[in-house]
Amino acid sequence: MTAGRARLLAMLAPGAALAVWGVAGAVLLRATLGPDRRPALDAAVAPLVASHGMLVVVWWLGAAACGAWVVARIFDRQVAPVARLAAATRVLAGDAEAPEVPPLGGAGLRDLAAAVNALAAERRSLQDEMAGRVAEASARVAEQRDQLGALMAELQQAVLVCNREGRILLYNGRAKTLLRGVSRAPGGGAGGSDLVGLGRSIHGVIDRPLIDHALETVARRLSRGDAGAARFVTATAGGTLLRVSLAPVRHGEGGMTGYVLLLDDITREQEAHGQRDRRLLELTEASRASFASMQAALDMLDYPDLEPEERERFQAVVRDEVGAMSARLAAAAAGASEDLKTRWPLQEMLGADLLLAAARRIEAEAGQAVAVDAADPGLWLDVDSFALLQALTYLAGRLGAALDAPALRLRLAPAGGRAHLDLVWSGGEIGVEALAGWQTAPMTLGETRSALSLRDVVERHGGELWIERDRARGEALFRFLLPVANAEPGEGPADGESRPAYYDFDLFAASSTSRDFDSRALTEIAYTVFDSETTGLDPANGDEILQIGATRIVNGKLLRGECFDQLVDPRRSIPEAGIPIHGIRPEMVRGKPVITEVLPAFHAFAADTVLVGHNVAFDLRFLKLKEAASGVIFDQPVLDTLLLASIVHPGEASHGLEAIAGRLGVSISGRHTALGDALATAEVFLRLLPLLRQQGITTLGEARTAAEASWYARLRY
Amino acid sequence: MGTKVLIADDEPNIVVSLEFMMKREGYQVLVARDGPAALEAIRRERPALVLLDAMMPGMTGFDVCEAVRADDGVRDTRILMLTAKGRDTDVARGVGAGADAYMTKPFSTRELVAKVRDMLA
Repeated sequence: MTAGRARLLAMLAPGAALAVWGVAGAVLLRATLGPDRRPALDAAVAPLVASHGMLVVVWWLGAAACGAWVVARIFDRQVAPVARLAAATRVLAGDAEAPEVPPLGGAGLRDLAAAVNALAAERRSLQDEMAGRVAEASARVAEQRDQLGALMAELQQAVLVCNREGRILLYNGRAKTLLRGVSRAPGGGAGGSDLVGLGRSIHGVIDRPLIDHALETVARRLSRGDAGAARFVTATAGGTLLRVSLAPVRHGEGGMTGYVLLLDDITREQEAHGQRDRRLLELTEASRASFASMQAALDMLDYPDLEPEERERFQAVVRDEVGAMSARLAAAAAGASEDLKTRWPLQEMLGADLLLAAARRIEAEAGQAVAVDAADPGLWLDVDSFALLQALTYLAGRLGAALDAPALRLRLAPAGGRAHLDLVWSGGEIGVEALAGWQTAPMTLGETRSALSLRDVVERHGGELWIERDRARGEALFRFLLPVANAEPGEGPADGESRPAYYDFDLFAASSTSRDFDSRALTEIAYTVFDSETTGLDPANGDEILQIGATRIVNGKLLRGECFDQLVDPRRSIPEAGIPIHGIRPEMVRGKPVITEVLPAFHAFAADTVLVGHNVAFDLRFLKLKEAASGVIFDQPVLDTLLLASIVHPGEASHGLEAIAGRLGVSISGRHTALGDALATAEVFLRLLPLLRQQGITTLGEARTAAEASWYARLRY
Repeated sequence: MGTKVLIADDEPNIVVSLEFMMKREGYQVLVARDGPAALEAIRRERPALVLLDAMMPGMTGFDVCEAVRADDGVRDTRILMLTAKGRDTDVARGVGAGADAYMTKPFSTRELVAKVRDMLA
């Protein structure tokens, strides 16, 4: 290579110089002699050439060898290390966290390396100090953001914030959960990340014209001075009905910089509505038919001249239809009470908590001491706790006013599929009329008068309320029949998913109107960094993809929360030799989706991004061969970290992922799973970006040109 | 024998009364229990008038009505639709299908008899 040749030339130089020096001396000596004395010199030297010429040559060779040895030593200790020192220093200049410059060569160079390292250390400490201050300053901001994030995470509604162009800046766990149901990715490998992700376009979920129309509506309202959101309902590709509320995000007096979307899945609500309408219609029509039969039969019975068996026949018709109507009404009523339960928003509450809360409230507001019986610790109720507490407090207040210090007790017990909540009192009789009046009059608590009566509260729960008396013990009780909560948890996001909310408000400023990737800055582009594990190295001869792992880089940040991780059933055997490397055994891929299902999902995940991989040509060969079968074409620009690394470190021999990661100070965990390698590649890529900038490579176009021109690229293609 | 009237309805409880009443009015009464049977009876027996229920298994009354109007042999059969479907849209559908008259269940038998007499006059 060039370095080797330079060393060789340098080693030959002393010998060559000595030879030239000697010959030049002889020629000079001869030239200074007069023409008359030259023959004498020639005559004296000529015989010596034959006898002692070899001695001179050997003497010269010895000197040349000594010279070569000295030069080689100097080259190795002083010249070659300089280039490596320079390369290492450049890395250090680009990234303060890079490994220190190695001590190489002679004492002077070692001193220089130490000085460079000292400088780097100084800069690191400066950076750390700066970082400390920045961290401190942003901690407050982060706290506010975290509060916002926590709020978002707790919201029962799906929230998405988008910039003007529809790129997602924030989403909460609920949004991800909701849209996971909408996603068409098989096996959930994308976990909803193929639709919802920072920097992704909302138009993947909601059609652009709908959003545009809503934005126009909002803009019109804003220009009239009205605030307020636009609402619409849309159906997703998967058939889910979404009710969308769009509210503008305004920047000072200026226009809209983005918008907030609140999404509700109303599929089930609509179905319930539809079902209710259908039931009503069926009931109406069936009743009409029944009434028609009855009316006609009754009309016939009006004829005075009927034979007894005719009369009997028409009476049978009436009896039959009355029975049918009763059965129909009973069924309708049962359905309606189911509806009522689903319509009023009830919350799940632990029964024991409800009793304690009620006792506290009664003591505080009605001034009555209440005993609480231990309740079943596993009993959860489905209640409107506010209204129910109000009802209990109201009753306790009434009892306290009617009787002289009644003894009150609360207890709760399961009863069939429901629960009995009893307010027990002793210490006097109360008239039946008074008790009935309490139930139907609006509840009053101190000065405040509620719009609801006890009956309303009970009906809201689809429950009942009655009074029982135990004369032997001198006790009486109000018994509330209440619905219990289903054992299965609500469909909220699973644990660990609810937080954090996911946001990147820097995207507010991001502009990506230009679809022309090549002219865009490397730091602004959204990337999908991916890796695949395969059964072997030769896709043309039947090797298949076993696993695809990918992550995203948006706005220069690695989004570890938005990953694609999918095992693939290769529909063939997995060679034993590969199993220790990728760790994928045949039973792990059994029943997983096949590549033709996975690739469309991965294609959606990678939409509008640049693909990045390490030695990506290998993975691309597999993707290309599946284009026809899967129906998706990966035609976006591609960057290869191997080629980019060879631009940054042209002198290094190894550009394996591990070697590059080591040089750039990236620690790798989970190597040789597709996702682990993709994450490592992403980190390497992020570290390479500033080094490329030092070489004047800032746009995607420049990076691609440089990569194509790199020595490795030429070697391989 | 008198004029032929076909009663097409799948509810035996109403057929009992309608049949009794039409016979008392002096008509010759035929009964069909579903759509295809009704159409077949119309083509075979050529009744002067059909009391046609809108909701029947096999073919709905609307379908039967359209088929009759499309059949040159029986297109002049008078059709009185009886239906439990009471919405405006259903009435429009019945008239659109070519029914001569439309009565929503429940109805008064006196009115029904008067209407049948009118239509056969």
